[in-house]
Amino acid sequence: MSKVIVVTSGKGGVGKTTSSAAISAGLASRGHRTVVIDFDVGLRNLDMIMGCERRVVFDFINVIQGDAKLNQALIRDRRLDNLYVLPTSQTRDKDALTQEGVEKVLNELREEFDYIICDSPAGIERGAQLAMYYADEAVVVTNPEVSSVRDSDRMLGLLSSKTARAERGEEDQIKSHLLLTRFDPKRSGDGEMMSVEDVLEILAIPLLGVIPESPAVLRASNVGVPVILNEKSRAATAYEEAVARLDGEDIPMKIEGEKVPGLMSRLFGRSA
Amino acid sequence: MNLFGFTFNRKPKSSAQAKERLQILLAHERGSGPSADFLPLLQRDIVEAIKRYVQVSDDAVGIRMDSIGDVSSLEINIELPADQKEAAKADKTDKKAAAKG
Repeated sequence: MSKVIVVTSGKGGVGKTTSSAAISAGLASRGHRTVVIDFDVGLRNLDMIMGCERRVVFDFINVIQGDAKLNQALIRDRRLDNLYVLPTSQTRDKDALTQEGVEKVLNELREEFDYIICDSPAGIERGAQLAMYYADEAVVVTNPEVSSVRDSDRMLGLLSSKTARAERGEEDQIKSHLLLTRFDPKRSGDGEMMSVEDVLEILAIPLLGVIPESPAVLRASNVGVPVILNEKSRAATAYEEAVARLDGEDIPMKIEGEKVPGLMSRLFGRSA
Repeated sequence: MNLFGFTFNRKPKSSAQAKERLQILLAHERGSGPSADFLPLLQRDIVEAIKRYVQVSDDAVGIRMDSIGDVSSLEINIELPADQKEAAKADKTDKKAAAKG
């Protein structure tokens, strides 16, 4: 059975598109037929992060408006042959998205794919609402920083009230997962950044993974390759583990730097 | 001095403040989410009510909500122009007289 998963955050710049690209590439490498859709109409960027920006002919909006067939707009990834990208329009605005259109495209995709990843735009407007509306699960991307955590809390509120599953009733609600990104174990250990436990205590949803702040993320976006596929890095490993958990595997969470530093390391660490 | 700095001179952790501020704020936003939305309407109604008696401008009304610990307070500040107080009194008596007559 296919699953629609929205990658959302409220706040911009926390890593939604990076995570959407990494998660979809990770699911595809695990053998699932996967498609990732860009819902950020007018500001498309998923195509660049996936490295297919020069292959876009038709887009999501063309399909919704009946100007192109779905399989004309789907771009097959060059690295993984069971991974597809559905880019959005760069010239239209968010009003070009209609609820009926989104539903129709998602239903068509459900026939073909195991996983449908919806890369939400920032904010809480139409694009973000439609990206989450038909979701079965949600990955809430959060940085350990006050404004991001607050916005994630707001998104959790919307996920549990303004979605098809919420409107249908009590059982079978959207399953939300926390993906903590740009985490710096050292700063967290020093008390300069909220810890994983702090954020979990506040948002109270299951933890999918912790992605450490890593220069590998920018390097991957520079060359248009999902972090998971680009080079061996801590961020790539953390994404791989998060994807395995999303896929139902039980992998223990290892979080670096979560221990309070001992007396000796504090004593010597400070003089350095 | 620095040798002992780690025990005596440690700054409070900013991450603890971040967590505490979020917990307080979100408890407020989750529990009474739409409550802040009525403030502009309340302000408009208050200004309208006052305008029936005294000439005040919209800027002269300050309204804010605050919560410290368990206590939430609603503070409404209205600046009455000094000469208008007299005018209002006179106006009121006029109206009373008119109503009687």
